Amino acid sequence: MNGFETWVAAILTICVFSFLYRDNPLYRFAEHLFVGSAAGYLLAVQYQNVIKPNVVERIAGGNMVAFIPLAMGILVLARLSDKATPVSRWAIAFYVGIYSGIAIPAYMQAQIFAQLADAVKPFEPGWHAINSVLILLGFLSVLAYFFFSAPHKGVHGFAARIGIWFLMIAFGASFGYTVMARASLLIDRVLFLLRDALHVLPPA
Amino acid sequence: MRNGPLLVTFAVGASLVAIFFIPHHKVQEAQSVLLDWANVVYAFALILGSLSLWASHQRKVFARAEGWIYSLVTLLALAFVTVAGTVQGVEEGTLVNKYYNMVNSPLASTMFALLAFFIASAAFRAFRARNAEATLLLGTAIVMMIGRVSVGEYLWHGFPPVTEWLLDVPNLAAKRAIALGIGLGAISTALKIILGIDRSYLGRS
Amino acid sequence: MALDRRIIFVLIFAATALPLLFPVNLPITPSPRVRAAFETVDKQPPGTYVLMSLDYEPDIKAELQPMSIAVLRHCFRKGLKPVVLTLYPAAPGLVERALAIASAAEGKKRNEDFVFLGYKSGSQSVILGLGESIRTMFPTDFWGTPLNKIPMMKGKNSYADFPLVINLSGSAIADYYIRIAATRYQRPMVLGATAVMATDYYPYLSSGQILGLIGGMKGAAEYEKLMDITGDARRGMDAQSLIHVTIAILVLLGNFALFASGGLRPMGSGGSREGTGR
Repeated sequence: MNGFETWVAAILTICVFSFLYRDNPLYRFAEHLFVGSAAGYLLAVQYQNVIKPNVVERIAGGNMVAFIPLAMGILVLARLSDKATPVSRWAIAFYVGIYSGIAIPAYMQAQIFAQLADAVKPFEPGWHAINSVLILLGFLSVLAYFFFSAPHKGVHGFAARIGIWFLMIAFGASFGYTVMARASLLIDRVLFLLRDALHVLPPA
Repeated sequence: MRNGPLLVTFAVGASLVAIFFIPHHKVQEAQSVLLDWANVVYAFALILGSLSLWASHQRKVFARAEGWIYSLVTLLALAFVTVAGTVQGVEEGTLVNKYYNMVNSPLASTMFALLAFFIASAAFRAFRARNAEATLLLGTAIVMMIGRVSVGEYLWHGFPPVTEWLLDVPNLAAKRAIALGIGLGAISTALKIILGIDRSYLGRS
Repeated sequence: MALDRRIIFVLIFAATALPLLFPVNLPITPSPRVRAAFETVDKQPPGTYVLMSLDYEPDIKAELQPMSIAVLRHCFRKGLKPVVLTLYPAAPGLVERALAIASAAEGKKRNEDFVFLGYKSGSQSVILGLGESIRTMFPTDFWGTPLNKIPMMKGKNSYADFPLVINLSGSAIADYYIRIAATRYQRPMVLGATAVMATDYYPYLSSGQILGLIGGMKGAAEYEKLMDITGDARRGMDAQSLIHVTIAILVLLGNFALFASGGLRPMGSGGSREGTGR
């Protein structure tokens, strides 16, 4: 980016950070600018990367079958009008059917069978067997916790209790990583301000 | 008027499931064509979102509703980027690419960078060890926060193996069970949609 | 314990800026999962085609852009042939930039050493479609050149032609690649994910559905360390450490105040009084 572009980016960054003090016109301006720009970029990218190569250029090349997805796409746009909304259901039914059909074998294979196969395997040798026992115990107890069709009483209740302990550790790990993720986003912006805008840090 | 779309969902969904089991190349080619059509329809669905945004902000501007000036900013930005991107393209060197680097990218990044401040504030105010389970969650979170970064390794060489163990054993066990539950839920939802039991995606009749 | 949240904001900002201005360069030791990802790429023979899906937008580029650049540079250094695509509509600008930086650093040329297919909408349908025909999904590359006119793409049209798949993702697209590319099409796969998501993928590491996992900016820094390059991820690690310590201290302070005021009660005895922060 040249100097002007960097300064525009820096000013917009400060406008957003001003929200930390309180909501203000600068922040609202930046927010609305972002919404419009993002929506416009999305439209442009859809046209350049999907509609132009997969529809327009195919039709121009004599492939008339490409009119079918174009027609379905126009049916989707019918939702903009309340009166025409019912015709959009045909297109929506098509892609909902596609994604539902993809989901069933994919989830079966990758999340049910593959994970069950890894859960039900011989323990690791030596001291690692303790970890294998804990993993199996945790897996079964968390499943017991999420089984709400029967009350959590007796053996089921005891297993669910252990499941909660495993869940707390998992969620604690997730929280720690979430803090890491959010911190990373801030580091990137401060690095941009210090290095690229203010030149207080050496260039990359 | 809904039976036709329901039949389409059933036909397409059942076909995709059946195609999984049929490796014949002609059948797989037919799947490619269907998937290509789905991509185009999806693109139009995303375009619909942007057009709906235009319509909603246009109404605000015409009605001079509160904050209509900001809606005008949204409309101008949307129009400019759409026209410039459609005509000239979005690759490096184009006007839209420069605008993207100058406006879209820093604004999106900074909006999410605000979360670092809010997570710190929320953690201070709300993260309390009220009972044994919450203490376990809090303790694990703190061990992770310190142990997974350089300072943790610097303070105690035992931190990295402890955090690896927490991720590889209890975290793995819980996440596996959650993944299994999600898988079962997703399959049942997909089946209900294909069989026409769940019709919510068609909207109100 | 009452504490104006703007004081917390100032503390967090200081914890970010000070280590960047006065770096300490704390040690970074690559974790086993990042090392596994690195070694999976490293052991590929020169000339191997790699399918890389870089799926992130500006809001998460802090974690995934340094990761992309490091992994791309690794592929280029090893003489691998990355074919890159993205499934996020706001990603093309970032991916083009990452390719420009990595290829310039390693002296590689477009369409000879790498191909950028661009963006396609649909996610799952695209990932599934790549199993049969890349050309149906992507008739042209990002710049409009038909794939049939790109020498590097000759004879490459599906997962079967790619011995390795790398997905750097900030969303459920990672799950789709695991379900389809790694499981259905049995492609060896390396995953890079944001830190928020990384903990969810350990079951897939255990089952062998993914061979390595690079998690967040820390994972990117570890990968940069293994590559012996200094990118933004490594530069940010001191700040990451201080921010984490600051938040950990804030949490402990909040709990200490609650404990000291007698707010904590034993389990099952009802709610506790809470110190209100403004």
